Amino acid sequence: MEKKNNVWENVDWITIGIYLAMMLIGWINIYAAVFNEEHKSIFDMTQQYGKQLMWIGAAIFIAVLMINTDSKFFVSFAFPIYIIVITILLLVPFIGKEINGAKSWIQIGSFLLQPSEFMKMATSLALARYISSYNFKIHSYKSLVALGGIILVPVGLIFMQNDTGSAIVFGVFLLVLYREGLNGIVLFFSFLIALVFIFTMVLDSFVTILILTVAAFLINYLMKQKLQRTMIGAGVFTGIFTTLWLINYLFQGSIDPLFFILAAAIITSAVFFIWAMVLRKRSLMILIGIYLGSVLFSVSVDYVFHNIMEQHQRDRINELLGIQSDLHGAGYHVNQSKIAIGSGGFFGKGFLQGTQTKFDFVPEQSTDFIFCTIGEEWGFLGTTAVIGLFLGLLMRIIFLAERNRSKFSRVYGYCVATILFFHFAVNIGMTIGLAPVIGIPLPFFSYGGSSLWSFTLLLFVFIRLDASRFEQLSY
Amino acid sequence: MDTFSKRKFIIAGIMLGIGAIFILRLFTIQITNKTYKQFATRNVLRKITTFPARGLIYDRNNELMVYNKAAYDLMIIPREAKAFDTTELCRIIQLDRLDLRDAIKKAKQYSYYKPSIVAGQISPDIYAPLQEKLYKYPGFFVQSRTLREYPSKSAAQVLGFVGEVNQKIIENDGYYRSGDYIGVSGLEKAYEKELRGIKGVTKSMVDVHNRIKGKYNEGLEDTTAILGQNLMTGLDASLEAYAELLLTNKRGAVVAIEPATGEIILMVSAPSYDPNLLVGRQRSTNYSILDRDSLNKPMWNRAVIGRYPPGSTFKLANALIALQEHAITPFDRFSCSGKGTKPISCTHSHVSPLALREGIRESCNSFFWNTFRQIMNRKSNTAESYQVWRDYITSFGFGQKLNPELSSEVKGNIPEVALYDKWYTPGHWNAMTIRSLAIGQGEIEATPLQMVNLCALIANRGYYIEPHIVKAIQDTNRVFRKLKFEKKVVNIDQEHFNTVIDGMQAVVDETRTLGATVHLDNLIICGKTGTVQNPHGADHSAFVGFAPRDNPKIAIVVFIENAGFGATYAAPIAGLLIEKYMNDSIVPKRKELEQRLIETDLMNVVEIKKKL
Repeated sequence: MEKKNNVWENVDWITIGIYLAMMLIGWINIYAAVFNEEHKSIFDMTQQYGKQLMWIGAAIFIAVLMINTDSKFFVSFAFPIYIIVITILLLVPFIGKEINGAKSWIQIGSFLLQPSEFMKMATSLALARYISSYNFKIHSYKSLVALGGIILVPVGLIFMQNDTGSAIVFGVFLLVLYREGLNGIVLFFSFLIALVFIFTMVLDSFVTILILTVAAFLINYLMKQKLQRTMIGAGVFTGIFTTLWLINYLFQGSIDPLFFILAAAIITSAVFFIWAMVLRKRSLMILIGIYLGSVLFSVSVDYVFHNIMEQHQRDRINELLGIQSDLHGAGYHVNQSKIAIGSGGFFGKGFLQGTQTKFDFVPEQSTDFIFCTIGEEWGFLGTTAVIGLFLGLLMRIIFLAERNRSKFSRVYGYCVATILFFHFAVNIGMTIGLAPVIGIPLPFFSYGGSSLWSFTLLLFVFIRLDASRFEQLSY
Repeated sequence: MDTFSKRKFIIAGIMLGIGAIFILRLFTIQITNKTYKQFATRNVLRKITTFPARGLIYDRNNELMVYNKAAYDLMIIPREAKAFDTTELCRIIQLDRLDLRDAIKKAKQYSYYKPSIVAGQISPDIYAPLQEKLYKYPGFFVQSRTLREYPSKSAAQVLGFVGEVNQKIIENDGYYRSGDYIGVSGLEKAYEKELRGIKGVTKSMVDVHNRIKGKYNEGLEDTTAILGQNLMTGLDASLEAYAELLLTNKRGAVVAIEPATGEIILMVSAPSYDPNLLVGRQRSTNYSILDRDSLNKPMWNRAVIGRYPPGSTFKLANALIALQEHAITPFDRFSCSGKGTKPISCTHSHVSPLALREGIRESCNSFFWNTFRQIMNRKSNTAESYQVWRDYITSFGFGQKLNPELSSEVKGNIPEVALYDKWYTPGHWNAMTIRSLAIGQGEIEATPLQMVNLCALIANRGYYIEPHIVKAIQDTNRVFRKLKFEKKVVNIDQEHFNTVIDGMQAVVDETRTLGATVHLDNLIICGKTGTVQNPHGADHSAFVGFAPRDNPKIAIVVFIENAGFGATYAAPIAGLLIEKYMNDSIVPKRKELEQRLIETDLMNVVEIKKKL
């Protein structure tokens, strides 16, 4: 056993190094993003870059505080912490301050904190505590209800506070559960549902069904290499759709073509399903089942969205997925963001030389779109370096999590890794047009105290837990 | 090791996979695909606000009173500016080097990325050479504006002026941006929303050489400026100019109304100023000069903010009330012994006793004192009678704002019963106490607009239309929208008007001075003079009148400060204006009178009262 009191010898300096590097790069890029000629000093406290330095200082303080906390504290107080943050979250609608239409902030002195940010850490602790409990079996009815509760209660609360982006993040805990033994099929279906949902929203139900159909035929062909059968299926599908469409056209009907493609999908599926039953082809039956399920899901999402939801609910979803009905139209910000990053080239335009990330083109250039500044001024070298740093951090955390004998530390570590991963994937994905525009920050880079502190807290609780990997974390 | 340990590879694989996809994607957009780079070089976006020309203002004969001339603002976007030859630029735009430096510094302080004005309102002859050399100055561009031009140089206070918006306006009204113009006074202010039109925005892409490379986003985000709407007024620009000429070196106001419509034909306040002074780069200098002139107050519109006792012109109102209330009949006679008459002396000796027609003709104070006393004795107590009288007076338009277009307008004052009750305690005041009201003096305050409104009401024999300057607005589709105005009918029988009008005609046709200066052979003019006692100095000279007697076309008030008898200056000026308006010219024999009036300087008459 190591000496208990010298925790600094056991902390993972690689993780801390990556963490510090990220904050530093983030700070420099915030400076470049909102550079103001009249306030040239990066230390100017009236500007975002000056303030960010202050946030960084406070973050380091938080980090040191966490390292100096007894690791058993986090284990013992996992549930109380969870309950406390939930309580604060419940109080936000009453004591909160509304910013940009989301009443999700509380003001302490001159600081604004977003409790939902800290909910990520609290939920991670609670999950780790529950999963690591004695005799935990993931597929027991009780466990699933408890896990669902731990994750969905904060999601519901955050959702009600109009902070949809933060609520979505909690979905990533599925990966943690998967690591702890959740059936992979759950993961697959969750992914499929999310994909169909996003496609239906961003494109529309018609196109989504078309994509699903093409995908189904493609998979069918790749599975069995039966070209003829696939072609017949495609022919039946196209035939039904074209016939219905032509009839509607000739009689000058005004029926939505969505009904025709739906009819084509159902009839074709039915024909092939009966055929698969006769031939006892189980894999084909499963494929058709999944296909038809996805099609019906897409149509119901479409129906619920357009006919049942009210306008303000629709606005929320549109806003979440970055489909704004403004003058610019969908994709405007993404397009501007891509231009900014793309114009950086290999070496970038150089520090403070960016033109696209300034003022008019890219929105939120110091917060959600900070990656644009990196891309424009530091080029491909800069962007790959940042992605490299993130992947390095994520791999390192997984490595650390796996080397811990304590299940608590491992589960918590996975929570940290997956949360950071989700932010990384969605934030960078949206700036390069690969993910919907969900306004969530890039950890350690984006401007803002609340998110920086909550990520620091999240990470350093894990670093502290990892530093005690040789101890028996009993409870 | 637990059974699911291998899943770490799947999770790590997903993460690395996403990372790899990102790097691949970045490789394509940052390295292989060149269109983003090309787009970025054209993506220096410049928002140019296109300012619509402000609406024009026409007079009743469709003569332009206000139009626009082109002007240009030199703008800078500090971020895009490079080092340049300041001397040359200063020479071209005729600006001091220090001023230029200050302007650029101010622009940087405002915003590094947003455009600011370096030099505003550059005239077209400076703009031409500037445009040629503009390529040398990246970050600079020119924004075209329009400036007001007032061809007739008259009606300055009525038309008002346009100035730059201040910070408060910008904060309260999202439409305005720093450097925008807004109507500050007069019609420019009252009809700001109609006149200003709607600004447009053009977004253009500009290359590094400051050249416009084309529309941004195919011009989809551009908005076209919508022209301001035109105002059609009832003013007569040439009469306005003539009135101002007659009022040369005089202090006072003239207002004329077309009784049948309520259109204001003429509104002059003297001394005035050339409205063109408050346009262009010299605006602020000239503004402070005008604003500081506390003696002449050239920016005051005395026609609506002058609070004068109406003097003898007010006797017409009292006569109407007395007749309607049966306080007197047209045949009741009252005696007068000239200057020694009690309690109010008369200015001159005349026939006595006399009835209403002669009472008006001679403006007999004694007659109107008796008339007023009869009114005040109609009810059981004075307060009640006074209230009846006051209701009539306010129904004539006194004690209230008549024209919503001119925001500076004052209400004037017709005291309420409560005031006298407060001064004298209830029951302890009577006709005698407030006898000054009989002859339009005392506590009464009226604006020239209210005085002429009374005259229009008499000319109409019982009603007036809300006096107004703008009668129609021509919208952007060049369609006229006629404005509607309320008709206010007063509770006085028509026969009483004819009685009073008989008296007014006698004033012009039968008195010696007016017979010589106002009377016209081919036109029946009805009027009433007023010599308004002024506690602050020499008497004011006033005249109200209308013409022709039947189917009147114009009602007018002339009010000249410190000019003594109404008959001396106000009446002949009114006479000339009526003649000019009705006949379009002045008969040759009156040219001498015209010349004498123009040359008369009444600006420094303070002691005239003592001479009399």
